Amino acid sequence: MGWQDYSLLSLARQGLSGNRGWKQAWRSPAPKKKYQVVIIGGGGHGLATAWYLAREHGIRDIAVLEKGWIGGGNTGRNTTNVRSDYMFSESAAMYDKALKLYEDFARELNFNIMLSQRGWVTLFHDQHQMESARHKLNWMRCNGIDAEILDRAALAKLIPGLRADNPRWPVLGAVLQQRGGTIRHDAVAWGYARGADRMGIDIIQNCEVKGFTREGDRITAIDTSRGTIGCDSVGVAVAGHSSVIADMAGFRLPVTSRCLQAMVSEPIRPILDVAMISPATGVYLNQTQKGELVMGAMLDPGQSYGQRGGPRTVQKVVEAAVELFPAFGQARLMRHWGGIVDIVPDSSPIIGATPVSNLYINCGWGTGGFKAIPVGGLMLAHAIATNRPHPLAEKFGLDRFRDNRLVDEGAASGIAH
Amino acid sequence: MILLRCPYCREMRSEAELTWGGEAGIMRPADPAIASDTEWTEYLFMRTNTKGWLQEQWCCSAGCGQWFKVERHTVSHQIRQILRFDEAFSDVTIAQEGAA
Repeated sequence: MGWQDYSLLSLARQGLSGNRGWKQAWRSPAPKKKYQVVIIGGGGHGLATAWYLAREHGIRDIAVLEKGWIGGGNTGRNTTNVRSDYMFSESAAMYDKALKLYEDFARELNFNIMLSQRGWVTLFHDQHQMESARHKLNWMRCNGIDAEILDRAALAKLIPGLRADNPRWPVLGAVLQQRGGTIRHDAVAWGYARGADRMGIDIIQNCEVKGFTREGDRITAIDTSRGTIGCDSVGVAVAGHSSVIADMAGFRLPVTSRCLQAMVSEPIRPILDVAMISPATGVYLNQTQKGELVMGAMLDPGQSYGQRGGPRTVQKVVEAAVELFPAFGQARLMRHWGGIVDIVPDSSPIIGATPVSNLYINCGWGTGGFKAIPVGGLMLAHAIATNRPHPLAEKFGLDRFRDNRLVDEGAASGIAH
Repeated sequence: MILLRCPYCREMRSEAELTWGGEAGIMRPADPAIASDTEWTEYLFMRTNTKGWLQEQWCCSAGCGQWFKVERHTVSHQIRQILRFDEAFSDVTIAQEGAA
């Protein structure tokens, strides 16, 4: 396979020859009869798992199976925010490792993911929330995560378009994590895919898993739309479809699948140079490098596998955005989508062993899986390669529900699901 | 947008007037003293998450306040049955699967 790095030299050479010489960044191989490891799910988490299996554990006989195309699910359809403002120390350690791996991504994989650490701002709208903001500042700093409190004057300077004195949701202040920000989401999938492919890993697209062949408590083969593929062990990173795969493998998960919507305006001139959330009004906001305003919602009510949401959620998001930024009222929505996310009772991920002895799972990231992709891959790879939880994943096993040792970030950091 | 006719007050209610209550028919272990950890885990945390027909409970929260039961398809959002809380779902799987 040819090395096709996007260097200045290769860009110049390809540009002068009409860009006809570019080759595909990864192969599209037919599946082999058997692999040492088969990973189900070619989103960010699945591809990162393959990469870390090869890089950290020297395992290269791997297939990544993807029902559609890689990064065509939630990895390529999200608000692209990254941050690590979680409360429990085990959560903060895990999410901050993800952020650090993202900070090193370009060096490690020679792929520009356009990480923009423009600052992650959480808005607070009343006196009680301001008290919780001080609480949040303290636990973030105790966890060694950068954080500062902004008052209304500082916010006005940082975000000129924000109407902090709006009558409906007045803004009293905010917490800023400067290292938070945004990433070009597709690039994460592409970077890991190219890296994994160069390690000899087969990325098999348009390959849907239909069922498993079992011997005792082990899976020996996977029945797919492209034939039966043998395996020694299986990794599962399929987000909203985790329960579907678990059903096939014969166990249950504490997961409900829900629809999460986001939407994008037409491109406008630069007006918002932070990524932000207003938890009380239910909107995430940032502006892409192209100028589009990205607006993320809270969950639609009810379980859903239908990748489209209801108009009420769109209305709520747009109302909140326009109330906070009256100027946004002039922009039109351009695109809108709904993705299926895997919600668990304590809003923390489930990583590692399952009741099937050679099947390992990475799920339960809910609405926040994108920011965790590198560490999700790192932890699942460790479980597959060593049959033990990664040190960062020890508190995040499926057995925590039986042992009643939840890591309740839903209550702790007040995350949005 | 989910629209459900409440089987108690007979009004058509939209998402904004309803509260979703998760899976229907979850039974607390009859004798908590002898239920195993596995039974408690099932009851507290494990959930049916079918890609297809799902039995769930909703509350007419901005209307009459009653909880009721719904059978809904989680991909198409088609509604097959809406029942009062003390009624049992009828098994219509075979009869209507083709039409759904």
